[in-house]
Amino acid sequence: MATQGRHAHEANEGGHGSLPEYAIGFALSIILTLIPLLVVLNGWMTGMPALLVILITAVLQFAVQLLFFMHLREEKGPRYNLMALILGIVVVVTVVAGSIWIMVHNKMY
Amino acid sequence: MTHSANHTNELVHEDGHHDLEELRKFGFWLFLITDCILFSVLFATFVVLREGTAGGPGPKDIIEMPGVIAETFILLTSSFTSGLAVLSLNKGSRQGLIGWLAVTILLGACFIGLEMSELLALISEGHTIRTSAFLSGFFTLVATHGLHVSVGFFWILAIILQLSRHGITPVTTRKVQITSLYWHFLDAVWIFVFSVVYLMGVM
Repeated sequence: MATQGRHAHEANEGGHGSLPEYAIGFALSIILTLIPLLVVLNGWMTGMPALLVILITAVLQFAVQLLFFMHLREEKGPRYNLMALILGIVVVVTVVAGSIWIMVHNKMY
Repeated sequence: MTHSANHTNELVHEDGHHDLEELRKFGFWLFLITDCILFSVLFATFVVLREGTAGGPGPKDIIEMPGVIAETFILLTSSFTSGLAVLSLNKGSRQGLIGWLAVTILLGACFIGLEMSELLALISEGHTIRTSAFLSGFFTLVATHGLHVSVGFFWILAIILQLSRHGITPVTTRKVQITSLYWHFLDAVWIFVFSVVYLMGVM
């Protein structure tokens, strides 16, 4: 127990993370890269289902980077990092989805 | 319990200095969020202009998957080794830290080399940024990401030099943590470049 406590302390002080955490994140990232790659290259799916697989695995892998590599979970106190990230995601989704939505309905040519 | 007691002591001893470094890291985090917004605009532009090939080549004609797959796994591995560098930092091992940072930027250099050769091959075939709206969006998005990786390369190189001169200090510690965040962020952006530009391009 004492060793565990000391490790937790070191981790918090020195920028977080442990080898198993990084290794799991790395393995998950490889799996989440291989899934859409195999689906697309082998033509297992086409059209909307393939699009969904690509987008869902990309978002999951983004979450893996945030949680396992960028240590978003370990933030203490008021979670300003998380709040800033959520604001950023709102802006990103608005810009991308909004642009696509407007331009799809704007095919005048 | 031991942990929280230790932490309180540490805050008292370090007298606000600890908080200042945390604040600097938060400032960098805000930069990353704004950089996300920059990339989202380039992604939106790319997706909207995707069909506008103006008689030039479309995504299926220009994408060479083997090179792109290699780039993806190289960058993914470098994101992992950048994490291993932070673990060495936590252990206080300067050798390990410098070693893993060197591996990280070497992988970064391989990524940039592959990407450059991909883009230069396109240009030599006459498919430039001026060919069509699709290629304008493609070159802008991919090259902006490549430029970020190049900046990261020289930045981490500079930190390796600082580490070999000054060792692990509170300042170099913060710098390593910030560049590590930056490097993970570049990998995260690449996931979307890989998915939206390349996978959706060839499917």
